Amino acid sequence: MPGASDYDIGRPQPDATGHFGDYGGSYVSETLMHALDELREAWSRWRKDDEFIRRLDHDLAHYVGRPSPVYHAERLSAACGGAQIWLKREDLNHTGAHKINNTVGQGLLAKQMGKRRIIAETGAGQHGVATATVCARLDQDCVVYMGETDIKRQSINVFRMKLLGAEVRSVTSGSKTLKDALNEAMRDWVTNIDDTFYVIGTVAGPHPYPEMVRDFNAVVGREARRQMLEQRETLPDALVACVGGGSNAMGLFHPFIGDTDVKMYGVEAAGNGLDTGEHAASLCAGRPGVLHGCRTYLLDDDAGQIVHTHSVSAGLDYPGVGPEHAWLKDSGRAQYVAINDQEALDATQALTRLEGILPALESAHAVAYGMKLAAEMRPDQVVLVNLSGRGDKDVETLAGIKGLSL
Amino acid sequence: MSGRIDTALGARRQAGGKALVPFITAGDPEPGWTVDIMHALVAGGADLIELGVPFSDPMADGPVIQVASERAIARGVTLSSVLDMVADFRRDDPDTPVILMGYLNPVERLCQAGGEQAFAERVRDAGVDGLLLVDCPPEEGGALHQAMAGAAIDNIILVAPTTDPQRLEKLCAAANGFIYYVSFKGITGASRLDSAAVAEPVSRIRAHSELPVMAGFGISDAASAVAVAEHADGVVIGSALVRLLETADDAEEASRLAGDFVASVRRALDNIG
Repeated sequence: MPGASDYDIGRPQPDATGHFGDYGGSYVSETLMHALDELREAWSRWRKDDEFIRRLDHDLAHYVGRPSPVYHAERLSAACGGAQIWLKREDLNHTGAHKINNTVGQGLLAKQMGKRRIIAETGAGQHGVATATVCARLDQDCVVYMGETDIKRQSINVFRMKLLGAEVRSVTSGSKTLKDALNEAMRDWVTNIDDTFYVIGTVAGPHPYPEMVRDFNAVVGREARRQMLEQRETLPDALVACVGGGSNAMGLFHPFIGDTDVKMYGVEAAGNGLDTGEHAASLCAGRPGVLHGCRTYLLDDDAGQIVHTHSVSAGLDYPGVGPEHAWLKDSGRAQYVAINDQEALDATQALTRLEGILPALESAHAVAYGMKLAAEMRPDQVVLVNLSGRGDKDVETLAGIKGLSL
Repeated sequence: MSGRIDTALGARRQAGGKALVPFITAGDPEPGWTVDIMHALVAGGADLIELGVPFSDPMADGPVIQVASERAIARGVTLSSVLDMVADFRRDDPDTPVILMGYLNPVERLCQAGGEQAFAERVRDAGVDGLLLVDCPPEEGGALHQAMAGAAIDNIILVAPTTDPQRLEKLCAAANGFIYYVSFKGITGASRLDSAAVAEPVSRIRAHSELPVMAGFGISDAASAVAVAEHADGVVIGSALVRLLETADDAEEASRLAGDFVASVRRALDNIG
């Protein structure tokens, strides 16, 4: 049985001030400093509390449906003609993605801190749905910020959030996508700081968010590691996960960081192609800078203005990335690659037709790279792909691309 | 540290007056108008000018300043061109202190070109007296703050209603020029100011620092300026001025509007006590 120690392992990163090497930190306006201190204190206290962790693990098991299985995708593997592709089935979680692992954790933490008003930002809507879900269950008020562009392309999730009782606020500034929703949520937090808990949906933002969100999602990697040993008696040769902000990838990677024989691949959105400038590949094509409270790789112009990004998947359409990924990239422990829109769409088709699993467009980026990678590897090797979410939310987008209306 | 800030705010304080700090976004509504507007602000009675450096993601600012930033960026304004504007302003005004307010990423990009020290010297040579980087607390300042100190550029520090006592002491120790007190929990341009609530925190700041305390956020006209200046050494007015400039058709009109607005607040402040 997991216990509090799972959430309090000796970890070299980040340091006490939230830095992963040169990355991370707390680059926020003074008004937020106190709230961050409060949150750091609360998380460092409750992560060591057996009762709190028991409650969290109970909710992960009986509400989220964990552990999620690992599944040997035999037909997909055969089609690639190389290594065996296994899928970590986060798509089977309650609400349909890995995002719920983190919101269950932060929702409980908010409850412990006596904060009844919850705010969140969302791109694809999966984090918004997961936050609204937890708020409904814990009787918390919920406001979700979402870019106008994302509201249009993720109407199913917008409706789900409303059904769950959340207020969805449309963000019309900037590029009208995830980064602007984050700005707006930060503004709300500054304004309502006394009673509001900001549930950040990825491993970015100021300290302690990158560390805390990682720890809540590391349940994915812990399970996967144990399941592979049980079912294969060996660790996988490679891990593959998509990276927007990077929370599903960080959750999978983290428990494997010490297993240096296991290669790790983070897959970014190449959009229309890295050479077109229309992509969201911060690690592959960006450089270090400061955005949304942390130092990390980001996409900006020569004047330091954050540029507009493009990806067919709303959840990857973000110009920054979690700071721990920046550190993993520089240290060489993980490799970051990019998959374009068309490759992701092709992988969606392949996985759906060969295995009967419709992946989220975000996850399809990981599937696409996993297929490429597997093709170059031996049949006795294993590639574990994190299937971070299911594609129900994307059916309208997919139909639109095929010229159909539902 | 900076001669101009100390001189200007010191003189105002010695005369028993309240300092007036107007904020405009550099390059908005038109890049070619900014220097004229700055001179008009001085003629209207500004003690110090806070010049906003446009950033694509101004998290601490409200819609008025965000839209002003977007307009300026769309017209090609960069930190580099803002420095040119200040240098231009300096040719005719050697005395009025100018501080730049903005976010860290554009600064980092310019630093990467030639290092922090070269950046700080360039800022100094342009005639800038201080930097207020909203998302760069003292803990993360590192080489940049060091280089600024070396070039005698003041690091303007924000203190918020949420700042706890221990941190306040640390912030006051790291501050120079003046201390910018954020007069309420919120973003620029919001109107929820309770001027009486400014009194207690300002006196707490004074217990730790000799520097003048300027209160900003939520001050939109002469009346709110006067109410806050009862407690602080001066006030910063931003969004109201930016909103006014939006309505101007040309540089002349913008300058006139800016000058008249500042003069009206100046008169009200001069009548206190």
